[in-house]
Amino acid sequence: MLKFILRRFLIMIPQLIILSILIFALAKAMPGDALTGQLASSPKMDAQTLMELKQKLGLLDPPYVQYLRWMKGLLHGDLGMSVIHQTPVTQLLAGRIGNTLLLSFAILILSYLIAIPLGIIGGRWTNSWADKMIVGYNYLTYATPLFIFALLMLFIFGFVLGWFPSGGSVDIRVEDGSFAYYMSKLNHLILPAFSGAIVSTTITIQYLRNEIIDTKIKDFVKTARAKGVNESNVYTRHILRNSFLPIAAFLGYEIVYLIGGSVFLESIYGYPGIGQLFVASISQRDFSVVTALVMISGLATLIGTLLSDIILSAVDPRIRIE
Amino acid sequence: MKVELAKPNPPKVKSAKSSGPFSIMWREIVKDKLALGSLILLGLILIIVYGASLLLDQEKIVTVDLLSIYDPPSAAHLLGTDYGGRDILGQLIIGAKNSFTIGFFITIIAGCIGLSVGLCAGYFGGKVDNIIMRIIDFVLILPTLMLIIVFVSIAPTYNVYSFIMIMSAFLWTGKARLIRSKTLAERELDYVNASKTMGTPDWKIIFREVLPNLSSIIIVNLTLNLAGNIGIESGLTFLGFGLPESTPSLGTLVSYASNPDVLQNKWWIWLPASVLILVLMLCINFIGQALTRAADARQRLG
Repeated sequence: MLKFILRRFLIMIPQLIILSILIFALAKAMPGDALTGQLASSPKMDAQTLMELKQKLGLLDPPYVQYLRWMKGLLHGDLGMSVIHQTPVTQLLAGRIGNTLLLSFAILILSYLIAIPLGIIGGRWTNSWADKMIVGYNYLTYATPLFIFALLMLFIFGFVLGWFPSGGSVDIRVEDGSFAYYMSKLNHLILPAFSGAIVSTTITIQYLRNEIIDTKIKDFVKTARAKGVNESNVYTRHILRNSFLPIAAFLGYEIVYLIGGSVFLESIYGYPGIGQLFVASISQRDFSVVTALVMISGLATLIGTLLSDIILSAVDPRIRIE
Repeated sequence: MKVELAKPNPPKVKSAKSSGPFSIMWREIVKDKLALGSLILLGLILIIVYGASLLLDQEKIVTVDLLSIYDPPSAAHLLGTDYGGRDILGQLIIGAKNSFTIGFFITIIAGCIGLSVGLCAGYFGGKVDNIIMRIIDFVLILPTLMLIIVFVSIAPTYNVYSFIMIMSAFLWTGKARLIRSKTLAERELDYVNASKTMGTPDWKIIFREVLPNLSSIIIVNLTLNLAGNIGIESGLTFLGFGLPESTPSLGTLVSYASNPDVLQNKWWIWLPASVLILVLMLCINFIGQALTRAADARQRLG
């Protein structure tokens, strides 16, 4: 087991290096560099001084030297300067990453809260009317693109019914840290979290339902029934225990979905997080922020898949690479 | 040495012959009322959209008419007008045509790349397989959506073709993995070995013998991908990183809803496009489900 984790870790290192090279190359291809960010306040500068400054900042060094320096900065937590905001990118991120984490966490919890009961009902009472409804629900959520669903939710619950606020992450009028502040935060969270969660339930429901249908005709379940275990214990003790662990393992892959989803959800709901910052930075051509965000998302994706692989291999020994 | 065989009854021969993948698919679709309905609806939508876009005057639709800004639906404009007084129905038809055409081409191009890479990796195995799989593993861990957006915004000459290329460059991996695993299984079968012993060249075995056996899986996969790609394309266009403005898509119409006033009060601008995307994706998915059953003999309805 330890050997597998170690090996999986070692695979990650070259992936991380290639990822950083790719992103560095992209950053070089983007118009504007670190200098443009720092000099925006004094746009009038003759070519001579500009060259000297570039020399001093090392922008004329060969690419690999620049890459190594950039990597060193990354490892020290230095992500560069934002051109538009004139602040270090790390500072810009610090204010927003909490919101995105909160939203992602809420989506995860909600999607499990919705998906697990539905999956169990569908698997236990196959072909009942409830199961048919669940299968229909699955078809719908599978086919619905996130941005359309989020927009419809916003239209119905935010505008027509007016139950929830239509944008932002908190009401600016409430005092920071008070009870009303947290309630307002929660209130702003509900709509985006539900939109993200409902669309992401499909895979869990489908998996759980199929797994239960497959397991409930197996011999060990028949044995349990023959022993006189009552029906609800057959499900909770014997069938579900086998099916839950892989679901926990999908958690890491879910991170990949959440990163993509946050871009849509946050721009639709005006929720100030990483995804919204990304779209805004691209539109404003603030490329140092873009580079940092892509790098962070890449890292998150890598860690997510790593987590999933480790949990899966712990659950199912067949997956381990030898 | 001539042996005259007694002629068996012709109908029996016909029924003994196993039917090809296409007739099985057709049978499966007809058996499933939802899939048949979806196929008919999808066909109707496509005929209307492509037919009407031939008759429509695109110039006239994209011309700004300041006298009829944000007109609600009326006899002159069946679905009203947008902020430039342009007819929504006309834009809807052109948008649907563009979205479907571009989704289709992305599916085909990504499909071709995935198919050839997957076939090579699976058939040759060993080192080739190893290298290809490392590349695929790498592409799969990329934050795809963000990278597509970055590529779109820094592409030097950005048009529909570069959009299709950027999308295809990221979307072939899943297919390559699927095809590889199927080819790996296929390669161990006797018919491939027999062919190899007879000296058939590799490319011939791959394309004339292995590929036809994978055809039903490929068709299913492409169908489901088509729905996904239309969704991704309209989503990106919705964010403003999809099709350039000269080629409006369904996502363009939905993106007008980023303006809260449009979202709240002018439903005729964004709702029809949203519903059309939903209907297209549902139809294609239902057809895809029926095809999935056709590809897997255990699941067939009949």
